[in-house]
Amino acid sequence: MVSKEEVEHIAAIADIGIDDSELELFTSQFNEIIGYFDILDSIEEGLDSTQTRHNVFREDVPLPSLSQEDALLNSTDPEDGFIRAPRVI
Amino acid sequence: MGGRFVFEKPDPHNAFITRCMDVAYGDGPLSGIPIGIKDNISTAGIPTTCASKILEGYIPPYDAHVITLLRSAGAAIVGKTNMDEFGMGTTTENSAYGPTQNPADPTRAPGGSSGGSAAAVASGLVRMALGTDTGGSIRCPASFCGIVGLKPTYGRVSRHGLIAYANSFEQIGPLARNVGDCALLYSVIAGYDPKDGTSLDLPPPAPLQAEIQGKRIGVPAEFFGEGVNPEVADVVRSAIDRLADLGAEVVSCTMPSMRYALAAYYVTSMGEAASNLGRYDGVRYGPAPEFFRPWHDAYSRLRKEYFSEEVRRRILLGTFSLSAGYQGKYYAKAQKARSMVRSDFNRLFEEVDIIAGPTMPSVAFRLGKSCDPLSMYLADILTVPANLAGIPAVSVPCGTAGGLPVGLQLMGRHFAEDEILAAALAFEEGSA
Repeated sequence: MVSKEEVEHIAAIADIGIDDSELELFTSQFNEIIGYFDILDSIEEGLDSTQTRHNVFREDVPLPSLSQEDALLNSTDPEDGFIRAPRVI
Repeated sequence: MGGRFVFEKPDPHNAFITRCMDVAYGDGPLSGIPIGIKDNISTAGIPTTCASKILEGYIPPYDAHVITLLRSAGAAIVGKTNMDEFGMGTTTENSAYGPTQNPADPTRAPGGSSGGSAAAVASGLVRMALGTDTGGSIRCPASFCGIVGLKPTYGRVSRHGLIAYANSFEQIGPLARNVGDCALLYSVIAGYDPKDGTSLDLPPPAPLQAEIQGKRIGVPAEFFGEGVNPEVADVVRSAIDRLADLGAEVVSCTMPSMRYALAAYYVTSMGEAASNLGRYDGVRYGPAPEFFRPWHDAYSRLRKEYFSEEVRRRILLGTFSLSAGYQGKYYAKAQKARSMVRSDFNRLFEEVDIIAGPTMPSVAFRLGKSCDPLSMYLADILTVPANLAGIPAVSVPCGTAGGLPVGLQLMGRHFAEDEILAAALAFEEGSA
């Protein structure tokens, strides 16, 4: 069972605001969905799940990309070629 | 040659979020054909929102690779179609721009998440459309709206410029009213793209021709298991009988990993969603956060206000299943289940050429009657296996149940799009 406190903690990690009024519903839905996921517990340990994977590499060659101006087109608050963000501290 | 396409038809089913009323087109195999684009595919100069308030006002500065290909083929890109926010849903009701109606019955949902693309095609607004399929999001609305939809093999169509929800599953694919148009649009978008590390360099698709004679078609018992509406099952069984009449050999088989498929899909896709959707903080695009608050507080408030409940739920579940202490219980096990599904398909494809079953376990849902989230997730049970294994799958209309369209799903080996489209065409034409 996942508690309301755990759901609040996860929301804080994920930067997702949750109202007190939503917490009960989210927690109950969480438990119902995670209860369904528990079917994965019956899978045997030791099965190799990485056998078909491989890396794709390329040379680190600079290619044409967006201009700084284009990259900032959608920012609501650009300043001197940078973008403003909320304060960290 | 080229010309201009004036997009005058009304949109009574709310299939589009953004319409381009007068567009230029060029020369090529799609010259002048109006095409709708799902609103999670980047189009330079045309607003792209993923049906989310968090991307309201976003205008991509570049085209997705598939859009570049469509423009080169002469297509008239007439707008961006409605969808479930970020592709999360099975009804297209979870859109910040209101639900889309199913043209086959406007009191019903078109399916999701590419419901706008399917409704635009089914209602005759456009001849073809692009959708994306993460866990069935092309095939589900194709089935519910009575049209054809193809999820290509993972890696066959570039995802460059597709706004990511769950990278390891999703593919861009075509929706059209018939197999011929679906194959035509697929032939334009399939190809290598060096900008996508998962893209494969393969020969172009073969010309389409009806072919089913002598093919072995596997029918896993699990595709007709609990939860599949009996009327839908009967229609699909009749369709498979028709394939046999056309010369196919039908073989019963089993797919034991199906019992884990849905959980594996949702655990993995939610984990990927939690990671992908971390970028939406209003700083580089979208609505601005409150600058006078500290970082986490400002972002939490913004993301609560602008993400829908479903998107927030999936980000929370994804964050949970990847968190320390639970990663081994959920995410790692889901990867094992994914390997089991892939192995099951590989085993079956040693015996058969195509796997057939229903696309969806029911007909289109009534609008406004969506039940709890888990029940909605369960509706994806027949489509997610193809995404877990990365194989191609097509949904082709095969009749009606209670007057509503039913889809026949045909799945093939990796990169065997030509084979399943050939079978779908044979079915559509009733010829071998």
